[in-house]
Amino acid sequence: MKPDPLSSGRPEARSCIAVSGESHPARIPHRPFFPIRGIVIAGCLLTGLSQAADTGKPAPTPEPKPAPASAKSNATPAPKALPPAKPAALSAPVDKAKPAPAKPASVPPKAETKPAPAKVATAATPRPSPASPFESPAALKTESRIDQLVMARLKPLGVRPALCSDAVFVRRVYLDVTGTLPTAAEAKAFIDDPDTATKRTRLVDRLLASDEFAVYWGMKWGDLLRIKAEFPINLWPNAAQLYHRWVVSSLKENKPCDEFVREMLISSGSNFRVGPVNFYRAMPDRSPEGIASVVALTFMGTRTESWPKEKLAGMSAFFAQIGYKPTSEWKEEYVFWDPIGTHTIAGNVAPGRAKVEEIGTTLAADVAVAGPKAFPMAAVFPDGKAVKLSPDRDPREVFADWLLAPGNPWFARSLSNRVWSWFLGRGIVHEPDDLRPDNPPSNPELLAYLEKEFVASKYNLRHLYRLILNSETYQFSSLAKSTKPEVAAQFGSYPLRRLEAEVLIDAINRITGTSELYTSPIPEPFTYIPQGQPSVAIGDGSITSPFLALFGRSARATGTEDERSNQVVAAQWLHLLNSSQIQEKLDRGPALKALLQSKRPPREMITELYLTILSRHPTAEEMARAKTYCGIGAGDKPGKGTRAEHWSDLGWALLNSSEFLFRH
Amino acid sequence: MNPQDLLRHLATDPNQLGLRLSRPIDRRGAIQAGLFGTIGMAGSTLFGEDYAKTGAAPAARKPAAPRPAAKARSVIQIFLWGGMSHSDTWDPKPDAGYDYNGPLKKFLSTNVPGIQLSEWFPNLAKQADKYSLIRSMTHGNNGHETAAYLVQTAHAPGERLAYPSVGAVFALMKEKEYKGSLPPYIVLTKPQGRFSEEGFLGAKRKPFATGGDPNASRFEVEGIVSRHVNDARQAARRDLASNLDSLRQAAGDDPVIRASEAARTEAYEMILGKGREVFDLSREKPELRDRYGRHTFGQDCLAARRMVEAGVPYIVVNYPGGWDTHSNHFQTMGKQAPELDQGLAALLADLHDRGLLDSTLVWCCGEFGRGPKIDWQPPWNGGRNHHGKVFSVLVAGGGFKGGTVVGASDAKAEEVAERPVYPADLLGSIYQLAGIEAKAPLPHPMGLEAHVLPQDAKPGEAAGLLTEIM
Repeated sequence: MKPDPLSSGRPEARSCIAVSGESHPARIPHRPFFPIRGIVIAGCLLTGLSQAADTGKPAPTPEPKPAPASAKSNATPAPKALPPAKPAALSAPVDKAKPAPAKPASVPPKAETKPAPAKVATAATPRPSPASPFESPAALKTESRIDQLVMARLKPLGVRPALCSDAVFVRRVYLDVTGTLPTAAEAKAFIDDPDTATKRTRLVDRLLASDEFAVYWGMKWGDLLRIKAEFPINLWPNAAQLYHRWVVSSLKENKPCDEFVREMLISSGSNFRVGPVNFYRAMPDRSPEGIASVVALTFMGTRTESWPKEKLAGMSAFFAQIGYKPTSEWKEEYVFWDPIGTHTIAGNVAPGRAKVEEIGTTLAADVAVAGPKAFPMAAVFPDGKAVKLSPDRDPREVFADWLLAPGNPWFARSLSNRVWSWFLGRGIVHEPDDLRPDNPPSNPELLAYLEKEFVASKYNLRHLYRLILNSETYQFSSLAKSTKPEVAAQFGSYPLRRLEAEVLIDAINRITGTSELYTSPIPEPFTYIPQGQPSVAIGDGSITSPFLALFGRSARATGTEDERSNQVVAAQWLHLLNSSQIQEKLDRGPALKALLQSKRPPREMITELYLTILSRHPTAEEMARAKTYCGIGAGDKPGKGTRAEHWSDLGWALLNSSEFLFRH
Repeated sequence: MNPQDLLRHLATDPNQLGLRLSRPIDRRGAIQAGLFGTIGMAGSTLFGEDYAKTGAAPAARKPAAPRPAAKARSVIQIFLWGGMSHSDTWDPKPDAGYDYNGPLKKFLSTNVPGIQLSEWFPNLAKQADKYSLIRSMTHGNNGHETAAYLVQTAHAPGERLAYPSVGAVFALMKEKEYKGSLPPYIVLTKPQGRFSEEGFLGAKRKPFATGGDPNASRFEVEGIVSRHVNDARQAARRDLASNLDSLRQAAGDDPVIRASEAARTEAYEMILGKGREVFDLSREKPELRDRYGRHTFGQDCLAARRMVEAGVPYIVVNYPGGWDTHSNHFQTMGKQAPELDQGLAALLADLHDRGLLDSTLVWCCGEFGRGPKIDWQPPWNGGRNHHGKVFSVLVAGGGFKGGTVVGASDAKAEEVAERPVYPADLLGSIYQLAGIEAKAPLPHPMGLEAHVLPQDAKPGEAAGLLTEIM
C-alpha cells in the first residue's frame, strides 16, 4: 500500500462511488472538477479483513455428556419455563478439556455478595471458583517489572487480583489490539491450545503484526488528530483520506513514534500530496496560539487552558510562520514555512483565485491585509527556556528538535501514559491528556519505567504495546476485587469498557454476516463506502452512519481523549434491544442463518453460538437454560414447540449481554 | 472511573451547581469543592447515573439563579433543511418581475390585513393571526453546514468549541422538570447528521430520532415500536437475556454495569410502558389525520402534537425531503410547499383548539433562504441558489404574538431593509420564552467557559430580542 494520493484506490474504487445526480451549485461551474473528489477508500488497507465472517464450520468436537442438571430439560418449549435467574457465571465451561462439574448449580460466593466497598480478597475469603469462565486458576507470578511496580501499590491496599481465563484473554486481546472479535474457530483454537506457557505471548505477537492492528490504531490516531473532511475541521475528503492512509501505513511499518510526530510537525507541501501537512489544517483555529494549543494537547498531553498566557505566547512563536496557500486546484492548499508572510500579501494568490479566503477555511481575519509581516523572533519553549529564532531555519524544526530530544519531559511521558491508558482504561496520569504538575501520576515509578523503555527502544510503539500486553497486570480479571476507587487507580482489575461504536457494529456485522452503509452527505457528490468494509477502517470522520453517531463515535472536533463517548445511555439500549436494524441482522444475516439452519445437534449449535458471540464455551447452566428456551428435550432432540424465533432470541440474548457489550 | 466522565455527570445541571459553574469548573476547583473527596470517590456509583436523581451533591446548596418565567412548555422546531425560498413563500414580492418570480403569479391576502403569502399557502393565509413572520432573518452564511449550525446554535462556526444545538440545550436545562418516559429531545423522523447536535454535552443530550414513517399504517419508532416482536416475546426474551448475562451476575456491583443496567431499565420503560402510545397515531380521528395531510410531513406534525401533550420539551420535525432547489425549483416547490402549508396550518389550528398554543412554541425555517433572482442559465435552468443575507422565519405560540411581521427585506427580497434579526436574537427569544437563561453556563468536559448564547455579541451578530412580538 503506497500512500500516494493520486492512486487512491482508483480505478478499482470507481465502482463504489455513488454520485448524486446534481453537481453542486455552490461550486463555481467553470472551475475544474477535482479528479479525486468523492472518492472512497478502496478496501486496500484491509485485505486481511475482507475475508468472510466465520460461518461456523470448525472441526466437529465431541460434546460431553449433558451434565446432570441439564438432563432435566423438559418438554415445555415455551420460554416461560425458564428456571429462575441464578448466577450462572461461575460454573465450569462445557468443554471437552474441562469436564462439567458434578454440581453445576453450586452458587459461588462472589456473585451473591452485595456491593461491599471494604471487601478485599484475603486468605480467609474464598476465591471464586477457578472454573469460572472469566478467571484463571493460575497463580500470579509477578515477574515483569510492570507487575512488580503495580503489585507494590496493590499489596498495601490488600488486593490480590486474579488472572483472566484464556477465553477472556483471547477476546480481550483481539479487541484491544485489532478492534475485531476472534472468530469462533480462532477463539476455540486458542482456548484449546495446550501450550499454556507461551500461547498468550504468541497471540500478542501475531496480532501486533496483523493489518487489522494498523487499521484499528489508525482509527484511534484519527480521533486524536481530528481526521475529518468537513465541519468543524474541514480537511476536505481527499486530504482526509491521504492523511489517514499516511497514519495507517506509519503504524503498519512501525515507524518510530518520534519520526511519526516529526513528520507532522515539520512537513510542507500540498494537502493532497503530503499526508502529514494536514496536521496543521485539522484544527478550527489556525492562529499561532491555536496551533500551539493543539500541538501541546496532541504531543505533550497537556492542556494550554491551564497555562499562563505568556507561556502559550512563547510557544506560539514557533508556529507563527506557517503559511497556507491555495492553488487553482479545487480545495488544494499548501502548508509551508513562510518566514516573510507572503501568504498574507493581498493579491498574492494562485492564478484564477480572487483571494485567500476562497478556500473556505478559517484563516485568521487579518490574513488578507497587505504584508509582508514581521513575525516574533523570540520564542520560549514550554519548559521556560528562551530561544532566538533564526531567519534561516524553520522554527517548527527548532520546536521539533526540542520536543523529540530524549530528555524532553513531555513527549515520551505523555505518549507512554497514553498508550497505557488505551489498554488499561485509564492513565497513570489521568486524564491521559491532562499532564500538569498538580495532577500527579498514581504510580510515578511505573510511568518512569514505561517512559524509559519507550525512549530506550527509540520510541518503538510496538515494544511498549508488547511490554504492557504481556504483563500480568493487563491480564488481570475484570471482576474487581474491590470497588474502592484507589484500587481502580492502581489498576487492580481490568476495567469494563463499552465497545466503541465502530468495534461494536463491526462485531455485530461479523457475527451475523451483514454489512452497513456508510456515507458522507457532504460535500456533494456524496461519498459511499463499499459494503462490507468494517467501520474501524473509515478514515474520514465525516463518513458515518446513524449507529456510529448513536454510540458515541468521536466528533473529531477537539482531539481530546474523552471526545469519544463510551457511556451507555438508554437510546443505545433501545437500539440494541429492539431496533429493526439489529433484529433484521439477527433474522436475515447469512452467517447466523447458516449456523442456525445447519441441522447440527442443538448442543453443538449452542456451543458455536457462544464461541461466535462471546468467544467461549457455554457453562453447564448456560447450556441448560439455552436448551430449555429453545425447547430442546432430553437426548438433545428438538421438542415439538421449537421454533426458529427461539434460536434467533438466543442470539439476541447473547448480543444483548454485558459480556458482549463490554471489553472485559 | 474517569474523572472527566464524573465531572460531566456532576456538571449536567448548571442550576444545581449554581454559582460554582459561573466560572468554568476545573478539576482543581472540583477537588477543592470536595466533589472528588465525597461523591467523586464513592461516586463510582454515580457513573452514568443522573446526577439530579441522586440528590446527594454537596455543591447543590447554592440557590438556582433567578430564571425568566417560562411561557413555552414545549417547542416544536420545523426545520426546512436545504433552505426554503423566502421570496416564493412568506415574503413574496409581487412586483419584482419575471426574473424574480418566474411562473409564480398569484399572491394571497391573509386574514390579517397587509400580510401576503404566495399562492402555495392557502391554509396558513386563513390564520395569519396565529403566527408572526420574521422577514429580516439574516446571518450572511451560504454554506449548508455552517448556516445550519448558526441557525441552531447562534454561535459562529469555526470557533474553538462546537456548541450543542438548541434542542440539546433544552434537554439539559429541562432535565429536572421533565418527568416523562420519552426522551426530552426527539427528532421526527431522521436526524440531519450535519453536525454533532449534542455538541460537548454528551450522549444523553443527543436527539432521539424516531425513524419509521408516521404516515405508514404503523409508525415503527426505531427501538420502541417493533415490527417483529410482540410484548409476550419481548418479556420472554428479556428473561432469557437476564438469565444468560453471566458477566452481569458475576460483576453486578461494578459501577459500569450498574449504570448500563439503569439505562437498560429506562429503555424497557419505553419499550413496554405507556409512553409508546404517543406514537400510535391510529388513536386519532381519521378526519383530523386528513386535516394534517396524509403525507409524512403532515403526520410528523400530528405526532409532534402528541409529543407536546406528553410533555416532551423539544421536538424537531426535519422536513422529509429537502428544499435545496438549485434545479427543478418550481416543480419541487409546487409539490412541497402545499404539504408544508397543510401540515403546519393544521398543527397551529389543532394546538390552538386544544388550548396548547399558548404553551407550545413553534418555529419554522431553513438554514437560509434562496436567491430571489432566478438562475436561468444551465445547468440550473430556473433554480435558486443559497441565500443567507435575508430569509424568513415563522414563529407561533409559546408567548410569541401572532398577526405581526417583524422586519422587512428590500424590494427584491435580496437584503435586509429594516430590523435585522440574527440567530442570537431568535434563539435568545426562544430561550427567554422557555425560561432558559441565555447567560447560563454550559458544562464543558474540559472546564472551558461556555454559555448558552455568545456573551459578547458584536454588531452584526445580534440586534436585540424579538420584544415586538413577545
